[in-house]
Amino acid sequence: MAHIDLKQPILDKNDQLAAELRQRFADNHVFVVDLLASPGSGKTSTILATIDALRDEFNIAVIEGDIASSVDAERIKAQGTPAVQINTGGACHLESAMLKRAIDMLDLERLDLIIIENVGNLVCPTDFDLGENMKVMILSVPEGDDKPLKYPGVFQAAEAVILNKVDTLPVFNFDEEAFTSSVNQLNPQAPIFRIAATKEQGVHEWAEWLADKIRAVQ
Amino acid sequence: MHELGIMTGVMDAVEKSAREAGATQVLEVTLSVGEMTEAIEDALQFAFEVLSEGSDLSKGAKLTINMIPPKSKCLECGAIYTHDRFHMLCPECGSFATQLLEGRELQIDSIEVDLPDKGTENTEESASLGASSDRA
Repeated sequence: MAHIDLKQPILDKNDQLAAELRQRFADNHVFVVDLLASPGSGKTSTILATIDALRDEFNIAVIEGDIASSVDAERIKAQGTPAVQINTGGACHLESAMLKRAIDMLDLERLDLIIIENVGNLVCPTDFDLGENMKVMILSVPEGDDKPLKYPGVFQAAEAVILNKVDTLPVFNFDEEAFTSSVNQLNPQAPIFRIAATKEQGVHEWAEWLADKIRAVQ
Repeated sequence: MHELGIMTGVMDAVEKSAREAGATQVLEVTLSVGEMTEAIEDALQFAFEVLSEGSDLSKGAKLTINMIPPKSKCLECGAIYTHDRFHMLCPECGSFATQLLEGRELQIDSIEVDLPDKGTENTEESASLGASSDRA
């Protein structure tokens, strides 16, 4: 019997490819956001509202990750923004090899911001580096204020938390104080942006915060 | 549930290293998994059972997982402390500015393999192969 020391990261291949992508993004001065959220939390609506707020200053493209279909990419394209659909074919998260294929279809030199809409899932995407500048997570009010307690990983991986559908607060039993306190415990440095993406409420503050990050890499 | 995907990567790496060392059988695989990752110990064990059963080289191998508890450093007062998944704040000064030192590991530590019985020469060879794997 022989003992072999490996000390090898399990996600080695993914992480190496992610590092290559990160370098390409940096070389082209593109800021990349990986958006994580549940299905139905308003990822695509938030992206559309963000594009609206930032399109005068920045060239933006969107990468849509879904298990199947291209409905999200079609929604983005209908607004005049380039969008590439990745179908994961059942996989619960995006990996850097999938992202690379989509990135190769974009003209990085012309872009300032790429928004990646990850597969709707609060668990799996958090462990996979895609070479992004930051992960941002969206929670919507109807999902409930207890989600940070149930899915701590995604709240910790995120550099900012967006609370969407705040216009529905009066009709849901959502304890915003408890939510804020849980997020602060898990991820003390993350700002929380309260928005209602389809009502254009609160989007400005989030977009301005993001715009500062994009300007910083230009 | 991405444990099967993670474990597929583990098995590929393990069997590649085992073959390079000239092993005939993988006996044990040891991993370090941080508690802050989304990888669940039971699901990893299950995925390992399924995948090792389907491989001649790894059939019957044992999986040992060292779960690594989260440890952070306070960037204000310098305190270093262990904590659970939910409480990152510095317990000494209550600061928000903390940095995670341990708890996000996903690593293959080592493997135990059977080598063909060719006497002492082979043992030395496997030791040097082990050292070369360290660089990978």
